[in-house]
Amino acid sequence: MALPPLDSPQWKSPIRAFAWGVSSVASTVLTLVLFATYLGIGALAHDSHFSLGWVLGSTLLVWAGPAQIILISTLGSGATAVQAAIAVTVSAIRLFPMVVSVLPLMKTPKTGRRHLVLATHFIAVTLWVECYRLLPKVPRERRIAFTHGLGCGLVTVCMVATTFGYVLAAKLPPLFAAAILLLTPLAFLLSTARNCKQISDVLALVLGLSLFPLVSMLHTGVDILISGISAGSIAYGVHWWRERGRA
Amino acid sequence: MNEFFGSPHALLVLVLAGFVPNEIWRMAGLWFGAGVDEGSEVLVWVRAVATAILAGVIAQILMQPPGALAGVPDWLRYGAVAAGFAVFMLTRRSIFAGVVSGEIILLAGKWWLG
Repeated sequence: MALPPLDSPQWKSPIRAFAWGVSSVASTVLTLVLFATYLGIGALAHDSHFSLGWVLGSTLLVWAGPAQIILISTLGSGATAVQAAIAVTVSAIRLFPMVVSVLPLMKTPKTGRRHLVLATHFIAVTLWVECYRLLPKVPRERRIAFTHGLGCGLVTVCMVATTFGYVLAAKLPPLFAAAILLLTPLAFLLSTARNCKQISDVLALVLGLSLFPLVSMLHTGVDILISGISAGSIAYGVHWWRERGRA
Repeated sequence: MNEFFGSPHALLVLVLAGFVPNEIWRMAGLWFGAGVDEGSEVLVWVRAVATAILAGVIAQILMQPPGALAGVPDWLRYGAVAAGFAVFMLTRRSIFAGVVSGEIILLAGKWWLG
């Protein structure tokens, strides 16, 4: 399924832009990955004795696979709400630079912050990489409506998957539980690799993967933040140095 | 209805320990990001940091795996991801081919180990 050309009259209506966003859910294999991941989250919630309404609420409100897995497994293992909140917030730091880097693609000079609140809520790894891929094919003034459609479509798919996983939990073999948990790092790695546009992105990915094992030996509690900011800054430094050489 | 949602206390924990500590980073990103221009040089740095933090998340899940993934030997976890990445590169960056190959290696390895 291809989106209409940028100058097509089909983009005149925001509702159609929303609909194109919803139907773009079918254009990416990451939808399947999310479906399987949320099957796993539904099953995990069932096995940890949470209610179906609770886990559906977590998919709708939290909308970040790793944070939901952390929340369910820490609370399920008897940790306090404060311990769970700390673990979740450390895992969620990545959302900050993702939002900062992708929002400029969506806004026009007239866009206020309040217009971007819902689109911001939808941003997680999948939407981040899909926005880089799809938004250049959408006229700028329709990008927020398109992102709303894409986000609503993905959340709907994941709510269905969460429900299936919850109901089928008892029937899922343990082998599949391991396979579903491997999907997150595998899909994150490949979608981030595909998303690499500049030398700084490639370097950031490689350095980020190799610095984390070193930094994690320090057991700071914010290892990901330290290795991420260091690796990202070194990668940017190389980019800056090469650009300077060219000028 | 109560059976569907469970106790109000659990829902309060969901909001306070799940929603708020997660969403706060998105809204902070909105606060800072809404003022940045698309061509801005600072975005190159922010993108690099986002990519590197994500790389850290990937490395952490592989090194300190959650739940059932912890039952898979280290070499099989790393091998499955490496095989998935190799296939991804060989297939001109097909995420589908890479993910499927990585999963097949994991499942075959687990089945072979018994």
